[in-house]
Amino acid sequence: MSGPVMDPRFAPPFPEAALPILQNTQLRKNVAHATDVIQAKRNHLVAEKKDWQELRTSAAGIRAHVLANLASYLEEFETNCTAAGGVVHWARDAAEARQIILDILREEKASEVIKIKTMTSAEIQLNPALEAAGITAIETDLAELILQLGEDEASHIVVPALHVNRHQVRDIFARRMGLPQLADDPEALTAAARTYLRKKFLSVPTAISGANFLIAETGSVAIVESEGNGRMCLTLPKTLIALAGIEKVLPRFSDLEVLLQVLARSATGERLNPYNSLWSGVTAGDGPQRFHVVLLDNVRSEILGRKVERQTLQCIRCAACLNTCPVYRQTGGHAYGSPYGGPIGAILTPQLEHMRHAQSLPYASSLCAACYEVCPVKINIPEVLIDLRAQVVDQEREESRRWFDPMYIGMKAANFAFGSGARFRMAQRFGKLGLRLFTGKDGWIRKLPSLGARWTLSRDLPAMPDQTFRQWWTERESGRGKEETR
Amino acid sequence: MRASLFITCYNDTLFPQTGRAVVRLLERLGVDIDFLPAQTCCGQMHANTGFRGEAYSQAKRFVQLYRDTECVVIPSSSCVAMIRDQYAGLFEELGNEELRRQLAALLPRVFELSEFIIDKLGVDDVGAHFPHRVAYHASCHGLRGLHIGERPFKLLSKVRGLELVPVANLDRCCGFGGTFSVKNAEVSTAMLDAKLIDLLATNAEYCTALDNSCLMHVGGALHRRNLKMKPIHLAEILASTEASAT
Repeated sequence: MSGPVMDPRFAPPFPEAALPILQNTQLRKNVAHATDVIQAKRNHLVAEKKDWQELRTSAAGIRAHVLANLASYLEEFETNCTAAGGVVHWARDAAEARQIILDILREEKASEVIKIKTMTSAEIQLNPALEAAGITAIETDLAELILQLGEDEASHIVVPALHVNRHQVRDIFARRMGLPQLADDPEALTAAARTYLRKKFLSVPTAISGANFLIAETGSVAIVESEGNGRMCLTLPKTLIALAGIEKVLPRFSDLEVLLQVLARSATGERLNPYNSLWSGVTAGDGPQRFHVVLLDNVRSEILGRKVERQTLQCIRCAACLNTCPVYRQTGGHAYGSPYGGPIGAILTPQLEHMRHAQSLPYASSLCAACYEVCPVKINIPEVLIDLRAQVVDQEREESRRWFDPMYIGMKAANFAFGSGARFRMAQRFGKLGLRLFTGKDGWIRKLPSLGARWTLSRDLPAMPDQTFRQWWTERESGRGKEETR
Repeated sequence: MRASLFITCYNDTLFPQTGRAVVRLLERLGVDIDFLPAQTCCGQMHANTGFRGEAYSQAKRFVQLYRDTECVVIPSSSCVAMIRDQYAGLFEELGNEELRRQLAALLPRVFELSEFIIDKLGVDDVGAHFPHRVAYHASCHGLRGLHIGERPFKLLSKVRGLELVPVANLDRCCGFGGTFSVKNAEVSTAMLDAKLIDLLATNAEYCTALDNSCLMHVGGALHRRNLKMKPIHLAEILASTEASAT
């Protein structure tokens, strides 16, 4: 079975990648159910918060302030983390980050490493690199473990296995853990995972984590989670490597007051995450004695320089935009061909790819703006989508094959027609003549050629009426004895 | 009061009955309607597909055409959202100070139809009669772009004989999204299927909205499936009277 391609360099365009998923009724049912549940919890907890809009404004303000002063906060973080006994590494891109991590692991002579769920490690394709270096990565987040054992790919930023239901989880665990009698109730499944993971926690001395936040003021790293498996990874190993995008920094410890509130409510529909881990460097006799932070740029500093796109970096990865997105609800995350799916993925992935790959993603949205409405840090995703679309079209303008693209030709023709009232009247007249060929006796069009066929795939189109509005108006005005004015 | 009607390109071409209804309705409410024949399109299709330069041309035309009007009424929430949310950015990038100034002066005088009736005319009972079971579809641009809120419900609740039935998942997009419906036809169709389930559950005779674009999408599927529910623009309901008996 070939799984979904989650590397944007090789993934098929979104409309194509969506096709097999739209046929997969079980997966769609799982995604719809899971997003319904999370969204209902989120809406409930947001509604109880009377100052939700003020909290959003505050969270957005903190994040925007960070981005406007990123360099100084990163340096402050480095100073304070180093003073606390951590080692800070700077990675320009994915390859550098992988190399830094591999070098640390080689120095540790690690053959296995336990991992906390981290989006950034998926972004830099860390697991394949570890595997190639002969190091076994063991995912300890329950959902990530399900995917790893099931040889599946994540389809959600917060709940990566939401497209898999518990019967499917049972089958994966039964097969991979050698438990043919395993029941499919949540208690039995989590107990099996616990037994499996406990051995790893107690035996593997090296761990890799991401970071939800970095605190400049204290040099601390923060991880929030629901299971406690992350806490295990953060406390039991001898060596800990935290990989974090440079945008993850917050100025002060007290900023967590705002961000932990909006994150938990937006992400999992909880007042606070069950586990909030915060640590600063190394403490003798307690927890990991060697601690590394890898700060990943990977195009972020370029995005930072773009006026409209900059807000993309405000994201705190809560995935509320995924849960509310009517497109994501139909396709799940696999169609986005990137670890980052849904509306935030549709804007982030093409930018991480320098707009060389994943150009179909900015179009994978009806611009309904549900994402913007729920975003706890007020990222205007539709605005960024439209700006990225303009960049895609500007690329197309340079290509000679644009003149074979019916969409491009149609847009140029429409622009000409919209240039004056007279041209538009003419276009209406030609349009009516053209459509007459396809119009049925009942005045409806059931089948159109070319791009029109994409419409008539599932929708009829009313034929053009005998009279346009402006014709009616002109007739009415002349009937009143007025002259048409142009 | 004088109002200039910006009919929008697709209403002009495909849904003239909506324009006629707007004229009938507003004249009944005592508004003097004006129609500038040089009008074409607000530029939304170009802007949202990434054709920024072309969208700018349309936006500039719109502002120059309407800058001296008393107010502009538009029976389409998505076109109003385009003008309010995107023109400033386009002018910022491609326009000049003069255009930005003209836009700023014009914007407070641009109204979506239900805004115009409720906010400008201060009316919620337009004297309409429409004895049918009606489901209201909230178009995304009206809902989240214009924050249209209760306005359409206020207007519909005063229509004689009309039974308004609630639609589940009112805030969810029908899947139209302009060129999205063509570029991502299959996903758009899946979204439309979900919307139809909620709409059909109402057993309404009519589905109404502020936008014929959503209604063209929903209506196209209703017709394809030989379903009895009919799409109808809000203006057409509000224009109906006992005498006209639609």
